[in-house]
Amino acid sequence: MSASTDTATLAGSQRPSRLRLLEPITILWVALIAALLVLVALPLLKMFVISFEEQDTGVFTIQNYLTAYGRQRYLDAVRNSLLLGTLSAAISVVLAVPMAWAVSRTDMPGKGFTWAIVLAAFIMPPYLGAIGWVLLAGPNSGWINVVWRSLTGATDPLVNVYTFTGMAFVIALHSFPLVFIFVKSALDLISSEMEDAANILGGGTWVTMRKVTLPLVWPSILGGFILIFLETIALFGTPAIIGIPARINVVTTQLWQFFEDPVRVEVASAFAMPLLLVTIGLIAVQKLLLARKGFVSQTGKGGERRQVKLGPWRWVLFGWCVLVALLSVVKPLMVLLQASFAKAWGRGFSFDNLTLRNYQFLLFEHDMAPQAVWNTVWFSATSATIAVVLALLVAYIVVRRLIRFADALGFLAMAPFVIPGIVMAIGFYAAYAGPPLSLYGSALLIILAFASRFLPIAYASSQAAIRAVHPEMEEAARILGSGRLHAIRKVTAPLLKTSLLGGWLVVFIVASRELSAAIFLVGPRTRTMSVLLYDLTEQGNFEVVSAFGGILLVITMAIVGIGMKLVGRDFMLRRE
Amino acid sequence: MPRLTLTGLTKAYGKLTVVDKVNLTLEEGEFVSLLGPSGCGKTTTLRMIAGFVDPTGGSISVDGKVLSAPGAVVPPERRGMSMIFQSYAIWPNMTVEQNVAFGLNLRKLPAAEVKQRVGEILEVVKLNTLAHRYPAELSGGQQQRVALARAIVVKPSVLLLDEPLSNLDANLREEMRFEIRRLHDEFRITTVYVTHDQGEAMATSDRIAVMNAGRIEQVDAPHLLYTRPRTRFVAGFVGRTNLLDAAVEGGQLVLGGISLGPAASAGVAEGTAGNVLISLRPQAMTVLTAPPPAGDGGLVLPAAVKERTYLGEAWDYVVEPQGTNLRLRAAAPPLEAYDVGTPVWLRVDPRQVAVVA
Repeated sequence: MSASTDTATLAGSQRPSRLRLLEPITILWVALIAALLVLVALPLLKMFVISFEEQDTGVFTIQNYLTAYGRQRYLDAVRNSLLLGTLSAAISVVLAVPMAWAVSRTDMPGKGFTWAIVLAAFIMPPYLGAIGWVLLAGPNSGWINVVWRSLTGATDPLVNVYTFTGMAFVIALHSFPLVFIFVKSALDLISSEMEDAANILGGGTWVTMRKVTLPLVWPSILGGFILIFLETIALFGTPAIIGIPARINVVTTQLWQFFEDPVRVEVASAFAMPLLLVTIGLIAVQKLLLARKGFVSQTGKGGERRQVKLGPWRWVLFGWCVLVALLSVVKPLMVLLQASFAKAWGRGFSFDNLTLRNYQFLLFEHDMAPQAVWNTVWFSATSATIAVVLALLVAYIVVRRLIRFADALGFLAMAPFVIPGIVMAIGFYAAYAGPPLSLYGSALLIILAFASRFLPIAYASSQAAIRAVHPEMEEAARILGSGRLHAIRKVTAPLLKTSLLGGWLVVFIVASRELSAAIFLVGPRTRTMSVLLYDLTEQGNFEVVSAFGGILLVITMAIVGIGMKLVGRDFMLRRE
Repeated sequence: MPRLTLTGLTKAYGKLTVVDKVNLTLEEGEFVSLLGPSGCGKTTTLRMIAGFVDPTGGSISVDGKVLSAPGAVVPPERRGMSMIFQSYAIWPNMTVEQNVAFGLNLRKLPAAEVKQRVGEILEVVKLNTLAHRYPAELSGGQQQRVALARAIVVKPSVLLLDEPLSNLDANLREEMRFEIRRLHDEFRITTVYVTHDQGEAMATSDRIAVMNAGRIEQVDAPHLLYTRPRTRFVAGFVGRTNLLDAAVEGGQLVLGGISLGPAASAGVAEGTAGNVLISLRPQAMTVLTAPPPAGDGGLVLPAAVKERTYLGEAWDYVVEPQGTNLRLRAAAPPLEAYDVGTPVWLRVDPRQVAVVA
């Protein structure tokens, strides 16, 4: 046997097997690109194109933009959105920064309580909080005002939720957890020696906090501020519930009006463009800010961290946390709970006002409610599964650098992060609602929109999980004789199980409360709980609305509970 | 037929060539180390042998069969090799026993045989009492033994080790060196061992291939590598040495105008003439307080002590021969302590002089 013939036969016999090896991954790559194009790129592209097209004819025009920005009312909506975002973000920072500092750095009591409140405020769908605050601070029959009048004999209300500040405040009460998470994780990284160094030079606790600690976490505060600003300008539920009765028009509610008969999706697309551009720009700014955090992270986990002794001030801080708890979670939940079991919520707590009628009506008599519960569960579960599977495959290819241009896949998977949900929904509507696919009102359309919208969440958690598995783990299996897929099944998958479950649950939870994307896409048989809840709010029957909110909360809490049990306490609040 | 043959093996990333026409042959049962500084291409070479990296030139064959050539690469799982990784890569979701049995199960052996062979190998690496533990419950040294057992139990055609000891503390590292050599003596598996630690390479290997900038500089048994380095890099990288300019005149080595005599000329290749570089190990010189009796064959130079460092097992002197500005490092036993400035005589053992270029 001569070496040369041997080489020839082996090389010959290897070629097909190399092809066999290469093909599945090439096919997979093509499939993934196709999936990401359908889920991410096409809707946006279609929206962009349609914003320059005449309705029905498709002729190029800039008339849509002229219409969208041609009326004072529409321009006011843009201005209102920007103001609302700024105000909500500012209030969130004021609420959250003292809490984050207290929990991370001080000996304040009740840290577990504070943590639970932050989690609860985070889990509670913002529109439920808004409904709670309508019951609390409605100018005529709101609880706070009723009590205020009976105590003082005044005729004017003390607080009114149907105002600009009222709306900003309600939004902030459910957005502040984001600032809390950002700032707390930055504070957790600062070594006490930083503060000791200021103390030894003569700085007291407050001076040190102001001059050393706060400046160190400044980028995180600003990052949180930007994120809340963006969430607020993309928020639909609260502006619809509070803003529409108060005649405060914002971009999202205006977009909604463009969708009322006759549907003017071209104008809506044009009107949504600034929202998209502002979001992309600010996310870029936020990335830069957090990338420059060198001065925070370089202290690393090395240094020792001790708690600042606050003395009596710790009770002041604790009082602050209790106040935030009352406003954001306890009081809204209390009035919602009361209303859900009441014949008429305004009659207050009394035995003859108690009833199970509202729940009974929803669960057994209402023609849409049980269907909406079922829709919510299976839409959320299906879209979470699609998002996690897709994200896992993309993350695996990107992290392991299996193919060239893998980063393009990763970019597409992260892209929805910079697209407001409402914009995404308009894009899906523009691309798939009409012919040739005619998916309007179908479950598939909503599931795809959810999967696309929450793909970045799934992708971030998959990527982190795969990074944590050393490639040598797989290589060790391969050199012992297992193929790539077998190695993934036997070694990688079991190691990823917990993090993937965590990612799935987070997507499920955020999908189950999603309103702004759903409301543009649902049909008569595909309403989700969030959409139905909004419809019920418009009808003004707050007892039934509250009961339905209660059902939604029970489902969410069950899923959160499962997640905490299986994945760990902090699985919802990790900063990715 | 050799077990493993690398022929002109090359790996380039664009313009950057990280492995450059490497030729190496391992006989069956041989233990060869790839030794070199980080970035010299040794790990890339190993990963090409394993099949994780495709070569851009040359070939790799085992028992005469080509496994890697540009455009035709047998995947790692069909090479019948095994590998020990720097991170151990013990699967944390499987017990010790499951880790070790993994490769055997893939070979579709009967359950009874798998159980027996796992038991035997765990006995050999002294882990039989820990078979049902999970890796997180093991120390670093024990994890290393699991990795060894897992790699050896499949009786691989070639065993590859990628800096397996670099994550262990110093004492354990020393112990594991001998463990690896003991396992090799017991199973005689053809082994390629990548390391940057010359002590490890010397303790374990039959031969060492010293790599630098993608090329193999020299392949030799450990003691030959030390006493007869053939390149400047090898002389400097393996142990400490004095590199001196010398000349070959009429077949004789001449250092500073003085002939080193016939004994030193044994390593001079036929036909060499002109300027050469020689390597003179600190151990090849003796520091004396009095001139030795004439005619004992060595070269004796009057010199002065310039610096000294006590290393515990020896003195490390820097001495300067009279009339030169050479600074030579010479080793001396602990009791031979001389102050800086002391006039001494330096005797050079001509048999330990190596011509490196």
